[in-house]
Amino acid sequence: MFRFLVRRLALTLPVVLGVATLVFALIHLIPGDPAQAMLGETASEQDVQALRERLGLDRPLVEQYGAFLAGIARGDLGTSLRTNEPVATAVLDRLPATLELAAAAMVVSIGAAIPLGIIAAVRRGTFVDHLATTLALTGISIPNFWLGPLLAIVFAVELGWLPVAGRGTAAHLVLPAISLGAALAAILARMTRASLLEELREPYVLAARARGTSRARAVLRHAFRNSLIPVVTLVGLQFGGVLTGAVITETIFAWPGVGRLLIQSIGFRDYPLVQGCILFIAMTYVAMNLLTDLAYGVLDPRIRYE
Amino acid sequence: MTKAGAAIVAIAVLAAVVGPLITPFDPANQELALRLSGPTSTHWFGLDELGRDIFARVLLGARISLLVGLVVVGVSSTIGIALGSVAGYCGGSIDEAISRVIDILLAFPGLLLAIGLVAVLGPSLTNVVLALSVIGWVGYARLVRGQVLRARELDFVQAAKALGASTPRILARHVIPTTLPAVSVQATLGMGGAILAEAALSFLGLGVQPPTPSWGTMLNYGRGHLLDAPHLTIFPGLAIAILVLGFNFLGDGLRDALDPATQGRRA
Repeated sequence: MFRFLVRRLALTLPVVLGVATLVFALIHLIPGDPAQAMLGETASEQDVQALRERLGLDRPLVEQYGAFLAGIARGDLGTSLRTNEPVATAVLDRLPATLELAAAAMVVSIGAAIPLGIIAAVRRGTFVDHLATTLALTGISIPNFWLGPLLAIVFAVELGWLPVAGRGTAAHLVLPAISLGAALAAILARMTRASLLEELREPYVLAARARGTSRARAVLRHAFRNSLIPVVTLVGLQFGGVLTGAVITETIFAWPGVGRLLIQSIGFRDYPLVQGCILFIAMTYVAMNLLTDLAYGVLDPRIRYE
Repeated sequence: MTKAGAAIVAIAVLAAVVGPLITPFDPANQELALRLSGPTSTHWFGLDELGRDIFARVLLGARISLLVGLVVVGVSSTIGIALGSVAGYCGGSIDEAISRVIDILLAFPGLLLAIGLVAVLGPSLTNVVLALSVIGWVGYARLVRGQVLRARELDFVQAAKALGASTPRILARHVIPTTLPAVSVQATLGMGGAILAEAALSFLGLGVQPPTPSWGTMLNYGRGHLLDAPHLTIFPGLAIAILVLGFNFLGDGLRDALDPATQGRRA
C-alpha cells in the first residue's frame, strides 16, 4: 500500500505543477498590459507602474513564475487589489460555506440517486426503469442556473417555506443543495443502474438465489455492495463538478462561498483574487481525485498492483 | 428516446433558422409601456424588462446556442482528432507530451478554466467559443487516442503500412475513419454540453453580451425579476433544458446503436 501511495503521489505532482502553471498563465493572457486592464483605462501611468511592481509584472517571466510557485508553497497567493486582504485568507474565510454546500449537495444526490438506480436496475425494461432513466437524463439536462431560480420561485416566493437566499440556518441550505445536487444525482443514478446491472448478471448472484437467498437480499447484500466501487469512484470524481457548479449556485442564492467570491472578483477585475479562487478550487479538485484514487486502491486491492 | 431527441433537435434547428423570420415581433423592438407583462395570446412568452417579446428572443437565442455548439464541437473535435490520432499512432515522446497536456487539462474542472479564460480575455461570444474549445478538445483527443491505439494494430492498417503508405495517408484514410462513430456520439453529447456551458457563462455575465439574446443572458436578467415576472426565467430556461435533453437523448441513442455491448441490455 505504501508503494501505491508513493506512486500515486508522484503521478499527482506533475498535474499539480501543470494546474499551477495554467493559473499563472491566466494573468498573462489578459490582452495588452495586465496592470492597465486591472486599473482601467483612466488610471495614471504612476498607478499602473506601481501595480506592475507590486504584482511583480515588471520582472522577467521566469522570475515571476518562480515567485508564483514559491508563493503557493508558502501559502502566499498575494493580496486582493480591492481590499488588500491576503488572497489565502479571503479564500479560506469562505471555504467552510463552500464545503458545507458541496457536502449537502453530495448528500442530496447520493440519497436520491442510489434508490433510483437500484429500482431502475432491478425493474429493468419496465415502465419504472424508463421513468428512472428519463428522469436521470432530464436531471442532467436541466441547468442548475435554471433549477435554482425555479425552486426559489416555488418554495421561497410562492409557498414561503424556505428562505430565498443567504446562509445561516439549515433551511437556507435546502434549495442550494438540491439545485447543485440534481445533476450529480442524475449521473450517479445512471452509473448505479449500469453497475448494478453488470453485477446482477454475475454467477454469484444466481448462486445466492439458488441457495434460497431472497431477491432483495441477493440484490442489496451481494450485487449492490460490489456495484458500489465504480459509484464511489464517480462520487469522488464528480466532486470537481460540484465545486464548479457551486460557483453558479452560490451566485444564485447569495451563498457566501469561494465561488461567489470568484465571480465578484471577476466583476472588480481583482485578478490576484481570481487566480487564488481558481487555484484553490482546482487544487481541491486534484486532491479529491487523488483521494478517490487512493480509496479505489483500498476498496479494490487489484488496483494497487497494476 | 433517440427519435424524441432527433425530433427535438430538428425542431430547434428549424426554429433557429426560420423562427426569427416568421415571428411578427422584432426581438429588439421595445414596448416600454408593456414591460414585464406576462404571457398573452399576442406575446406568448410575455415581455422582458425592456418590453421586448421573449418568444422572439428565445427563437433568436436558439441560433446563438446552436451556433456556439456547432463551432465549439467542430473546433474541439478537429483539434482532438488530430492530436489524439497523432498521439495514439506515433506513440513515444509525441504521445507522452500530448498525454501529459491532456492529463493536466483533465485535472482542471472544465467550466472553471473557461470562467478563468473568459474573465481575463473579456466577455464576448468569440471568447466563449475560444474558452470552450480550449477545454473541449481534450475529451475528443483522449477518446481518439484510445481508439487509434486499437486501430493501428488492425490488419488493414498494417497492410497499408507494409505497402509503404505515408503516416498522414494511413491516419486520414484508414485509422481516423474507424474513430468516427465514437466521435459522433461524443460530438452529439458535446453539443448539449457546449450549449449548457455557453448559457452558464452568459448567466454569470461572462458570455454573450446584451443586446444579443442568449438564453443564459436572458436568465441572468430574469434573476432580478423572480418575484414580479417569473416568465423571464421560465421560458429561456425551458428552452435550454429541452434542447440539451434532445441532444442527450440523441447521443445516448447513438451510443447504444453503435455499441454492440449495449445491444439487448437496454429494454
